[in-house]
Amino acid sequence: MSVRVLKPGLSTTVQDSGRFGYAHLGISPCGAADALSMRIANLLLGNREDAPVLEMTLLGTALEFLSTAEIVLSGADCDCRLGTDLIPTYTPTTIKAGAVLQCGNITNGARTYLAIRGGIEVPLVMSSASTDLRGGFGGHEGRRLKAGDVLRFGASAISRPRLLRRNALADLRRGEPIRVTQGAQSDWFAPEQYQKLLASSFRVSEQSDRAGLRLTGESAISLREQKQLLTDGIPLGAIQIPQDGQPIILFVDQQTTGGYPKIANVIAADMHRVGQLRPRDEVRFAEVSIPEAVEALRVQERWLQTAWQE
Amino acid sequence: MKLIPASDSSLLVVFGDTIAPDTQQRIFGLFYALQQRNVRIRNLHPGYVSLLIDFDPLAMSHAELVELIQAETGRRAAATRENSAVIEIPVCYDAELGPDLADVATHTKLPVDEVVRLHSCATYDVCFLGFTAGFAYLGGMPPALATPRLATPRRAVAAGSVGIAGVQTGIYPTETPGGWRLIGRTPLRMFDPRRQPPTLFSPGDRARFLPISRKEFERLREERA
Repeated sequence: MSVRVLKPGLSTTVQDSGRFGYAHLGISPCGAADALSMRIANLLLGNREDAPVLEMTLLGTALEFLSTAEIVLSGADCDCRLGTDLIPTYTPTTIKAGAVLQCGNITNGARTYLAIRGGIEVPLVMSSASTDLRGGFGGHEGRRLKAGDVLRFGASAISRPRLLRRNALADLRRGEPIRVTQGAQSDWFAPEQYQKLLASSFRVSEQSDRAGLRLTGESAISLREQKQLLTDGIPLGAIQIPQDGQPIILFVDQQTTGGYPKIANVIAADMHRVGQLRPRDEVRFAEVSIPEAVEALRVQERWLQTAWQE
Repeated sequence: MKLIPASDSSLLVVFGDTIAPDTQQRIFGLFYALQQRNVRIRNLHPGYVSLLIDFDPLAMSHAELVELIQAETGRRAAATRENSAVIEIPVCYDAELGPDLADVATHTKLPVDEVVRLHSCATYDVCFLGFTAGFAYLGGMPPALATPRLATPRRAVAAGSVGIAGVQTGIYPTETPGGWRLIGRTPLRMFDPRRQPPTLFSPGDRARFLPISRKEFERLREERA
């Protein structure tokens, strides 16, 4: 049960829900940038929700199926074709042995997930299949896929494939401000500087990747006073303000510690939306309280339980 | 001790505002206690004066975690330091493997031999790991060796390189870009994702550098491969 990579796409990696329990050794969580889309794809196929999938970025991969497989595409839209037929997202599709699946441009988001029934099989490193690009380990040989790679997938899933309710995906927030809570060093910023984060519109810079999204705003955000932060731990989704005053959202491949003050933090329920930001996208933030953030996560988990057709 | 919610899924415990041995012992104490006790915690990030705790907010609230921390810090007064062995790291201090050795000597106004002697006679504390997988921030370098980082970082620093940045010293576990002043290199593999544990150092460990010849360096490196 395997597929061969004909064209790798821009940056395609094997990811699962991430690598936890090793931050104290400097090891990043990694994992799918839009974990919600990864989970939906796996659940559609009857896989474990955190079975390893392919994460394709901006431009998809061309794959030759060496065995018949059931697949699902999720996340951003992708011009994905079997011959001339367009393959819809969020729909289990059978690909016959010998067929070539051509995934092209990714639109309305940055990342499309390709899940295979049975899950992609790679050796687990520190209990995870996720690729750590900075560390060069995990996933498929610790790197992005390249032409000629052969990936194996499992023979069985844990349950039958299923379908999403009609319009279930419309429940997900799109295009609204990304919700944040105050960061560990919010009080290092005067109220009007903190308000700049909430009142401004930012652009995602080209120099963004899975480790961090660099944002560009109209005016720099400055500290109350110049002081040095003693290096401390970085939570996932922290928004740090370096010396140039332009925010960086630290993301799945982030460093585990850092020395810049963190003004705010993306809430867990909106992390999947950060994973879909493209260079040049516009970003706005809105502040919520921690109880509101936890409630939003609870609502999202409940949605994931009830998004399915009977 | 200050408890700051850093996000909906994490809590930052700040033990002080300056780097001090007793602050560090309190961080290590809580770090080891939580590591052994709680499965609802996802990740622990010790820093110079703090410990960041990542957890699943659907399994535990900030208030529950605060209670757990207060119980642990009340219970654990004893430090872990006495039990931690000193890990010896062989280092070849030579001009080729440590291309900034001469600059450090110039900056510190010390002969090269004295730089090596001072660097290898101290016992260091592994304060925390960060930056990249397995990169340990070591405290306890003789202040006479303090040298600022390079104005322009190198695009690639070889794995095993030993560097100085201000009053800190550390070892690059993998090849990465970096701006620390390089004074030598160890043949040991500081990070190996397939080993358990994957890093030679853990927070709270102590370490010493053992000067070795270039010949010994090559021999140990071959042995490793």
